[in-house]
Amino acid sequence: MSAELFFFYVFAALAAGSALAMVSNLRNTVAAALSLVVTMVSLAGIYVLLRAHLVAAVQIMVYAGAVLVLFVFVVMLLNLREDVFPPARLRPFKLAGAALGAVGLAGFLAALAGHVPDMAAVPESFGGYREVGRALFTDYVLAFELVSLLLLAAIVGAVVLAKRRLEP
Amino acid sequence: MPWDVVAKSLFIVVVGVGVFAPVVTWVERKQSAVMQDRIGANRADLFGIRILGLLHPAADVIKLIFKEDVVPHGANRALHLTAPLIAAVAAIVSFAVIPYGGEYTVGGTTFSLVAADVDWGLLFIFAVGALAAYGTVIAGWASNNNWSLLGSLRATAQMISYEVTMGLSVVGVFMVFQTLRLPEMVHAQDATFRLLGFLEVFGWVDPLPAWSDWIRLPRWGVFLQPLAFVMFLAAIMAENKRPPFDVPEGDSEIVAGYHTEYSGMRFGLFFMAEFIEVVVIAGLMVTLFLGGWSVPWLSSERIVAGITPLFGGGFANLFCMLVHVTTWLVKVSALIWLQMALRWTLPRFRYDQVMDLCWKILLPLSIANIFVTGTILLLIEGTR
Repeated sequence: MSAELFFFYVFAALAAGSALAMVSNLRNTVAAALSLVVTMVSLAGIYVLLRAHLVAAVQIMVYAGAVLVLFVFVVMLLNLREDVFPPARLRPFKLAGAALGAVGLAGFLAALAGHVPDMAAVPESFGGYREVGRALFTDYVLAFELVSLLLLAAIVGAVVLAKRRLEP
Repeated sequence: MPWDVVAKSLFIVVVGVGVFAPVVTWVERKQSAVMQDRIGANRADLFGIRILGLLHPAADVIKLIFKEDVVPHGANRALHLTAPLIAAVAAIVSFAVIPYGGEYTVGGTTFSLVAADVDWGLLFIFAVGALAAYGTVIAGWASNNNWSLLGSLRATAQMISYEVTMGLSVVGVFMVFQTLRLPEMVHAQDATFRLLGFLEVFGWVDPLPAWSDWIRLPRWGVFLQPLAFVMFLAAIMAENKRPPFDVPEGDSEIVAGYHTEYSGMRFGLFFMAEFIEVVVIAGLMVTLFLGGWSVPWLSSERIVAGITPLFGGGFANLFCMLVHVTTWLVKVSALIWLQMALRWTLPRFRYDQVMDLCWKILLPLSIANIFVTGTILLLIEGTR
């Protein structure tokens, strides 16, 4: 087994395991948020193995930061208690959700089974900041600008909402 | 190949963690003593020998290791024990991409003095820095103590805010050197530029008189991006939570902040992480703004070319390596001193002042810096 394959299995197992831990951990919300961080970081590891270095760095910088904010919300809003949640209710919904998830997974596996797409080796420079930047600002510049407008609108909206609460 | 990586990693751990971090704690004590008109740490002795208090780091480490490691009642045990590890590991790992020497060829083999020469070197440091925040935040939350929690919430806000400024303030440096790879960045700074050259580039004085060719500055980031230097230093010091930005552990308000409930070596790990980060910050500032290992006004080609006829190429390369590593150590020490001096000069900012500095001053300035740099680069491009 090559080193790359070995690390792929390590990161894949970590990502899948911590993602499962996140959704199944209902009692301790902080632990769930931390499992999410582990998932994000393992995904970044997989991106590195796929030679998408820029995406890996951005994955950690943006998502780790974002989860940190989530973490603070969990701490602030859920009052630090592990037992604020009523013991498992909503059974039917949960079962239905699990069933739906299982159906989705089966469909995905069925679609993948048999034909793993045959990929050509990527060039050495693939996934670097130069290539991604060039693609973003030439072929996808319209999409890029639209997304930045959307984000600007979101920032303005957040500021307006935050300001209004202070005034009365 | 793997052996040289192992050797370099060992060098980082031994020099960065084993030598620099304890010595830096000693420097901090001595410098604070000098600045406060005291004598400072000089009590630890071994058979009556005190060597200026240099034995204190050793005494500290022995004390911390043998101290009781307390986990408070009601704390989340697993997270309380992991948090200091996250902080320390993140600090050590950032060392991997900082070059402490260039490329040298000795006896037919070429080697470079950087543990991980990756294309996205600077982004790697930012990514690791983003993870380092978790050490602080988890420590505060897992301690089951209100002071700790307040400290960790302050740390969260501060580190998330300053990460943005830290990233934006060095964009100008990438634009000037056209790379994110740290060894390449140092190579680009291993040269000089004519101070009056801009007059010729824009065609204001053409041609320049011959004497102007002698007025040269090293092509360092601090001369090309002076504003970025100041902003990045402020942002990265805030990221390390040292005074004057130490509101997460402000001891006059919240006891000791996020590490109130830590004792023994686990407290020691936080302490160590902070001092390792001081060294990493110095290394990073040197790499980005002060020409890394390069000797000012004396490029490595000239050193090698000057020595080769006398003692041969292999010796010239080894000599060059020695000079470069020494230069690097001198520059890093200077920046460590600068951080210490700032730490003992400035009083702690108030929490809202820290946030105002980030969002209202540094962020707009760093964006303006990007625009101005871009405009100038485009103008220069246009004249070619």
